[in-house]
Amino acid sequence: MSVQTAPLRRTLPRVPDRFAAFGAVLIVLITLACLLAPWIAPYPDNEPRPLEGLLPPSSAHWFGTDMVGRDVFTQVLYGGRTSLAIAVVVLAASALAGVTLGMIAGYRGGWLRDVIMRVTDVFLAFPALLLAVSLAAVLGAGVTTVIVAIAVTWWPWYARLAASVAASVSTRPYVDAARCLGVSTPKIILRHVLPNSLTPVLVQVSMDAGGVILIAAALSYLGLGVLEPTAEWGLMVEQGQTLFTTNWWVVTFPGLAIMVTAFAFNMLGEGLRNALDPRRTVR
Amino acid sequence: MIEVRDLEVRYGTRTVAKVPELDVAAGECVAIVGESGSGKSTTLMSLLGLLENAQVTGQITVCGVDVRNASPRELRAIRGARAALVMQSPQSALSPTTRLGSLMRAALKLHGRAATRAVMAAAVEAVMLDPAILRSYPHEVSGGQAQRFAIALAVALGAEVILADEPTSALDVTVQAEVVALLRRLRAERGLGLLLVSHDLALVSTIADRVLVMKEGDVVESGPAARVLSAPGHAYTRELLEATP
Amino acid sequence: MSRYLIRRLGQALLVVAGVIALTFVIMRLVPGDPAVAFAGPKASEEELAAARLRFGLDDSVPVQLWNYVRDLVTGDWGTSLHTGRPVRDDLMLAFPASLELVGAALVIAIVVGFPVGVLAARFKTKFPDFGVRVGSMLAVSIPVFWLALALQTVFASNLGWFPIAGEYDNALDTTSPLTLWTNITIVDALITGNWPIFTSTLQHLVLPALVVAAYPAGVIAQLTRATLIEESGQDHARLERAIGFKERTILTRFALRGALNPVLSLIALVFAYSIVNGFLVEAVFNWPGLGRYAAASIKSLDTPAIAGVTLLVAIVYVLANLVVDLLQGVVDPRVRAR
Repeated sequence: MSVQTAPLRRTLPRVPDRFAAFGAVLIVLITLACLLAPWIAPYPDNEPRPLEGLLPPSSAHWFGTDMVGRDVFTQVLYGGRTSLAIAVVVLAASALAGVTLGMIAGYRGGWLRDVIMRVTDVFLAFPALLLAVSLAAVLGAGVTTVIVAIAVTWWPWYARLAASVAASVSTRPYVDAARCLGVSTPKIILRHVLPNSLTPVLVQVSMDAGGVILIAAALSYLGLGVLEPTAEWGLMVEQGQTLFTTNWWVVTFPGLAIMVTAFAFNMLGEGLRNALDPRRTVR
Repeated sequence: MIEVRDLEVRYGTRTVAKVPELDVAAGECVAIVGESGSGKSTTLMSLLGLLENAQVTGQITVCGVDVRNASPRELRAIRGARAALVMQSPQSALSPTTRLGSLMRAALKLHGRAATRAVMAAAVEAVMLDPAILRSYPHEVSGGQAQRFAIALAVALGAEVILADEPTSALDVTVQAEVVALLRRLRAERGLGLLLVSHDLALVSTIADRVLVMKEGDVVESGPAARVLSAPGHAYTRELLEATP
Repeated sequence: MSRYLIRRLGQALLVVAGVIALTFVIMRLVPGDPAVAFAGPKASEEELAAARLRFGLDDSVPVQLWNYVRDLVTGDWGTSLHTGRPVRDDLMLAFPASLELVGAALVIAIVVGFPVGVLAARFKTKFPDFGVRVGSMLAVSIPVFWLALALQTVFASNLGWFPIAGEYDNALDTTSPLTLWTNITIVDALITGNWPIFTSTLQHLVLPALVVAAYPAGVIAQLTRATLIEESGQDHARLERAIGFKERTILTRFALRGALNPVLSLIALVFAYSIVNGFLVEAVFNWPGLGRYAAASIKSLDTPAIAGVTLLVAIVYVLANLVVDLLQGVVDPRVRAR
């Protein structure tokens, strides 16, 4: 332990920052690529070229072509648009519904809170994929089904989260003061409870995005999700699965796309969570 | 027992504590007082090498061992068995899933002492606790009891000096007095040395022989307790005394 | 302790009731004529009328719900449209196979994930920790169906190290028939000493179990690491250091017990998640479990079967959580006091 030369050992907080940053950069890249798909994709979306089917990766087709001759790279880009769009809508809807219900439940307390918590218990008793699959099976395939099915599965987490934040905020002195002054409940919720919930909800959203994409892909793989001609990564895997041994690129690239995107969101979420709230355990 | 010269604790470029001289002899009680952030707890922790990520310079000798240059094994040998630590929040300082008796037994075995029921009962009774408490979990006992158990650990291991970091801050006022009385008695009966860190000057005045006053990392005054606490030389010490209820 | 037990049991029962109600609602969501849902899309007019009568579709909703619950409790889980058998029988055949797969996967996940998590906590901020964090995050990001396809292609089709599909070599049914005790093939084979089927099942289990194990292994490693780090930073770790215990002892003897608690409850969560993940894996490896049954039911819109699978898995999940909560009460004395 000398006087001046020992460098400061890397302490834990720096690593999650690196993770979060890396994840964020990846996500930005992926999002940009998918958003700009119409401009940067080398070929038009869903353009079969029967004569160029099943070509291996080359300079003309970076990811090769699939069984009807579509450029896999283009399809992956457009599939990304679908996946990201689904994730955004699902998370927005479930966060909105869940947080609203949760805030009311947590702030009001009493029997209202008990009822809402029991309802979330019931929904949470179904493993996520199961509920989504059952709903999708029953409602029939399609993008709307995917969104509805996953949103219905997801809202309870946000309700729980918002309820616990609301409960802790409702005991704070400045909220008591506001109540004494006669401020109405909706105003209190909006001005005090909501801002406090924002950070944990945002952290949760970034952690969940990966999961939503995985489930959407799984639904499409099972034939319950997005349908032709919309491009979707899970659907692409399903279509090409019998060709894995002979034409590996048709399945590998969409699969990698799912993995990399989910990985990026997970990194971001984990990094954010470590930076903002190191005490919480993994859900 | 404890001899410190030119101690400096730094985190990166920030110097958190600077103590030119600190001695604790057998049977002596030295107190370090100051506000939070004055560096007193840091100083105490550095004496047993318990600070992580800090750069510690100077000469620290505890029970004959040069702490800064000792091997990990030598350090572990004096920890607990020669110099024992008593911490601020007694209940969070004890492993929640371990019964008190299990912890004591493990500590005794670690330092090669006999881990018999008799030995443990004697240690526990020395701090005025019922040996039945050894079967309890930390969350099942009161703060005062937990703190006394921490002291019992030191007694059981045969420690010669106790380093106490704000031992009474988390306790009720009545319990505080009991714990201090216990420490005084042990010092008288067994010749224990005591290094006490506290922000409570009134408490310190009842037990300390010598006092060091720290402010923002520096020692602003030191000397016999009687003199420092009644006729302080430094302005800051006067401030502290005035603030004491 | 028993008060805790009773409280938890009560909660569980309430949740199961809700689960049944929710499943009932979901099944009613089938667009179009519910009679079609129960009789099948190709039913004739008479069959539809009979279905209406049989399923009381002309009754009011509360009555229907009551009948549904009554049927479930008495063991009538409906008749599967695509197998023609009672759903309950189908489930009893398929469920053990899924249990087998998930059981094997969880064993792998715990054996790999837990020590890896401990390793990462021990070497916090150094390379092993970084490697574990990245590795476990990759493990939870891989799409299960894709991993299944990949492993199957590489190790079964291309390299031929493992069989491509199925639970065991069905030719063995004639040469070395299996007597059933638990209906879990590998367990029965072990109990009855039927080595041909035992080894064949083991071979067939490897790839699918590895795929299903990826996610739980990742999650277990992450959580073990996180809780151990948190426990080691706690005050009591400081005191233990001050008493003179080695870092390793502090981790394994004191921190671990505190960390066990959250890891245990994670296992319940992961168990149910893995059963459902297993569905996708079963589809790829043609494993005769709930997943294959569910996939077939979905294709033919076999509503009673879909409902049956959903209910079964949800109830299993509630039970698993209950068991784990009770176990937590045993392991962590603080939980009992709550």
